[in-house]
Amino acid sequence: MVPQELKYTKEHEWVRVENGEAVIGITDHAQSELGDITFVELPQKDTEIKKTEALSTIESVKAASEVYAPLSGKITEVNEMLNEKPEIINESPYTKGWICRIHTADISEVNTLLSATDYEIYLKENE
Amino acid sequence: MNYIPQSDADRKEMLKAIGISSGDINELFKGIPESLKASSFDLPAGKSEFEVEKYIKQLAKKNASELITFVGGGFYDHYIPAAIDSIVSRSEFYTAYTPYQPEASQGTLQAIYEYQSAICRLTGMEASNASLYDGGTALYEAAMMAIRVTGRNKIIMDGGVNPIYRKMLYSYTTNLSIEFIETPVTHGQSNRGEIEKYLDDKTAAVILQNPNFFGAIDDHTDIVDVCHKFGALVVESVYPISLGVLKSPGEMGIDIATGEGQSLGIPLSFGGPYLGFMAVKKKFVRKMPGRIVGITHDDELRRGFVLTLQTREQHIRREKATSNICSNEALCALRALIYMCLIGKDGLKKVAQLCMDKCEYAKQKLETIKGVEVKRSSPTFNEFIIRLPKNPNEIIGKLIEKKIAAGFPLGRYYKEMDCYMLVAVTEKRTKQEIALFAEALEDALWN
Amino acid sequence: MELIFEKSRPGRIGVVFPEKDVPVTCVLETKYKRNATAELPSVSEPEVVRHFTKLSKMNFGVDSNFYPLGSCTMKYNPKFTEKIAQIEDFTALHPLSPQLVRGSMLTQGALEIISNLEGALCEITGMDAFTTQPMAGAHGELAGVMLIAAYHKQKGNNKKCILIPDSGHGTNPASAAIAGYIVKSIPSDAKGVMDLNKFKHALNDDVAGVMLTCPNTLGIFNPHIKEITDLTHSSGGLMYYDGANLNAILGKVRPGDLGFDVVHINLHKTFATPHGGGGPGAGPVGVKKELIPFLPVPRVIKRNDGTFALDFEEELSIGYISPFYGNFGVMLKAYAYILVLGKQGLIDVSENAVLNANYLKYYLSKYYDVPYGENCLHEFVLSGEKQAKKGVHAIDIAKALIDKGIHPPTVYFPLIVKEAMMIEPTETESKETLDEFISVMAEISRLAEETPEIFKTFPKTTPVGRLDEVKAARDMNISG
Repeated sequence: MVPQELKYTKEHEWVRVENGEAVIGITDHAQSELGDITFVELPQKDTEIKKTEALSTIESVKAASEVYAPLSGKITEVNEMLNEKPEIINESPYTKGWICRIHTADISEVNTLLSATDYEIYLKENE
Repeated sequence: MNYIPQSDADRKEMLKAIGISSGDINELFKGIPESLKASSFDLPAGKSEFEVEKYIKQLAKKNASELITFVGGGFYDHYIPAAIDSIVSRSEFYTAYTPYQPEASQGTLQAIYEYQSAICRLTGMEASNASLYDGGTALYEAAMMAIRVTGRNKIIMDGGVNPIYRKMLYSYTTNLSIEFIETPVTHGQSNRGEIEKYLDDKTAAVILQNPNFFGAIDDHTDIVDVCHKFGALVVESVYPISLGVLKSPGEMGIDIATGEGQSLGIPLSFGGPYLGFMAVKKKFVRKMPGRIVGITHDDELRRGFVLTLQTREQHIRREKATSNICSNEALCALRALIYMCLIGKDGLKKVAQLCMDKCEYAKQKLETIKGVEVKRSSPTFNEFIIRLPKNPNEIIGKLIEKKIAAGFPLGRYYKEMDCYMLVAVTEKRTKQEIALFAEALEDALWN
Repeated sequence: MELIFEKSRPGRIGVVFPEKDVPVTCVLETKYKRNATAELPSVSEPEVVRHFTKLSKMNFGVDSNFYPLGSCTMKYNPKFTEKIAQIEDFTALHPLSPQLVRGSMLTQGALEIISNLEGALCEITGMDAFTTQPMAGAHGELAGVMLIAAYHKQKGNNKKCILIPDSGHGTNPASAAIAGYIVKSIPSDAKGVMDLNKFKHALNDDVAGVMLTCPNTLGIFNPHIKEITDLTHSSGGLMYYDGANLNAILGKVRPGDLGFDVVHINLHKTFATPHGGGGPGAGPVGVKKELIPFLPVPRVIKRNDGTFALDFEEELSIGYISPFYGNFGVMLKAYAYILVLGKQGLIDVSENAVLNANYLKYYLSKYYDVPYGENCLHEFVLSGEKQAKKGVHAIDIAKALIDKGIHPPTVYFPLIVKEAMMIEPTETESKETLDEFISVMAEISRLAEETPEIFKTFPKTTPVGRLDEVKAARDMNISG
């Protein structure tokens, strides 16, 4: 079961709207595919990013995976906790393991992303 | 064939066992279309080891390897303790593969960890990789790393950097959009004014060398400070033996230190195999190329060593890797480690001081010769330039007849320096050999 | 075991230098001097020798263990060639000597060896010229891609992409990318070779070259190879041959005959020079006539009078890729090896390497899946999927082998096979060693059926058990 209130991408990112901004993370499926996460390369605060551009790289011992921006906008905050404890993403992918916040011109753009139901169907199809 | 165990009978038996009753080994190659078979394979018949040894030794005698050498140029005739050859001849080291299976490779892995530690201690840097091919490719990798770290693409390169290394950097980057600027040296040292003139917020790195190709030593601390104000990194190529006495890259605040490790117990061997080393500030380690060994433990908390941070490397990251390097110079790195252990901290200071003292003695002897000018505009380590009143090529030729390799003619790489020769003196050169060199030089110039 | 630094005691030293014989002491200005001493260990020679001898005993090596590591060609390294590489008239030779006036005459022997080796490699591969400069396989790949780029540049072509099958070594895409190309990966077909239709679809005017290993990492010779090289040429691209698997085809097939324009070979694989725990190797590059002008400088040339010299003419050359002439010490060993084996010896190498691989494949396929088993040459890939269903993965099988004194195969590569175990026995293993390996692998397969849980405890016989790689990556203790 994936959290119903979030939006998703086919690249396994999730988005939560909070105070008019988008909070970004990776899904439980993505973290379990990667295994024990050893490092998260966080984006730079205050930089502009375009939708589908690489936002961050997440590394485990034997793999590295890019996180793509689900929306365009300006990065307003990054989760500094991940520098010290990247394993938070394994432990709590949807809450404590968030990666960054993006301020976007039109927050309604999130509605173009996958709903929880659609993402679950997508996961099943690609099992 | 003595390296292949199987006899004809073994082969027949094996072929039969796997269902090739004809006993024709060519059946195993039936997946290769007939039309594609080799059109020629015209090689001589094999010979016994004895015959081959005799032949190769005949060829070896055609080399003039018994010269008393004052040629350096970044590659030096230092003493190599016998224990190094003895240890690296252990087949458990030299016949092993890259330590991808850590439990079966703790020897190699611990040795690499110790090598990384020794390189850090030598350079005063925080993190070293397991080795690169040579000093030149290490400098190229450092430039590429600086570009990755800064996201910029302009490189300022000091004219005192080994000209062969500079040529290598240009070759490797021909097809990439990198802007190179070369700044000339002034009085033998890095030209601060010129470097600052070109330094801006598009500069990825300034590349320096200490001692530089002319043997001159420098303190690059001030250049580092200015570069960091612009967010540019500083790369310095260093000569490891000199670090027994000279200010280390770490002490100057250098971001990426590289160098040629040949002087650490590796024979000159006509150009290789050598050893490229690279050591960086810890914050840049994930952008560093090459293998890295780290400490960890097993379930019973026994200390052990593994290859780590492998997501930087080609076998995982493929086209996004920090470098394409796979095989490195592991056995040469082991040689360098053993050298650094044997020589120890006291020995390193001693050999460095010996080099400097003998070099100064050579300067004093040579400058008594009429017409020979020893350049003293900047201090040197174990190599210096002299100006000759006659064409250095001619002089070098005459000295070779007396079994002395006098030095390297700088005109070869610096057009305006046709009358200059680069002279290197290591701890192996004796007072007597230096005197012989001075005498022969005087003789060649004036008799 | 203690680190060498932990054995350091003040006042000890492992090498003695002669007393100073010159009457001067050079004093540097403080700003040039080192403040903090380089804290190298203070240890005596016997302590150093014992330390490293102990370390060596914690290693597997070809002299002590069967080492069927796929695509790495871990064959026996003849002791004779090691002896040749020690000859002092070579080891003491300064690389700048031939750049002095009339200097080539000081190094005739060394230059002749490079020239002769280049000639032998041309005949072995069917190429027109070789450079010995690249210092490893991946370095050869980079040099080769740079040659392709230089060729297109001179023709005025603006081609941006290199095609590589998905079974290729990781170095291929990495080399192409750092030379400035965009890499496109082509999937494999059901038989394990590059999918011909998908290749045709991807091939267009933008393709500068195609990089292939043949036989590929599954040990399979692509029967359509000539069609691929012809198609690539007709669209204006060049063919690059990754020679990592040359040990399979000596005297049988030559990349030059197949239409390849650039090849690199690994002297530390096919030509029996040791791997050294990860290097040094050597990756000479061969080219067809059209590419000769672009080869790196300096080139070794033979003069009309039979002497040898260096040519530094840079006109069309890609320039300098090595400080000098390559890993000469490695070349010496490979050259001696080629002379000892000769024509028939080299053919025997490939025939026996292929026989040994097929013998293993035949017996091991009784216990393990072989997804691409047809026409394998010098190596083949087992899949541990059957065992994985019991919870025993390729890595567990690898660790079980270590306890049996056998170095594991290459695991989890190529990426197109699940639970891959890539096996290359080489020609230097006896039938008895192969039989022993088969019985060990059979035993492991039985254990996987009956007691899969015990695999997590392997290896037990090594100085350390399975190590925590996650901790290593998170803590990053990489120097002490």
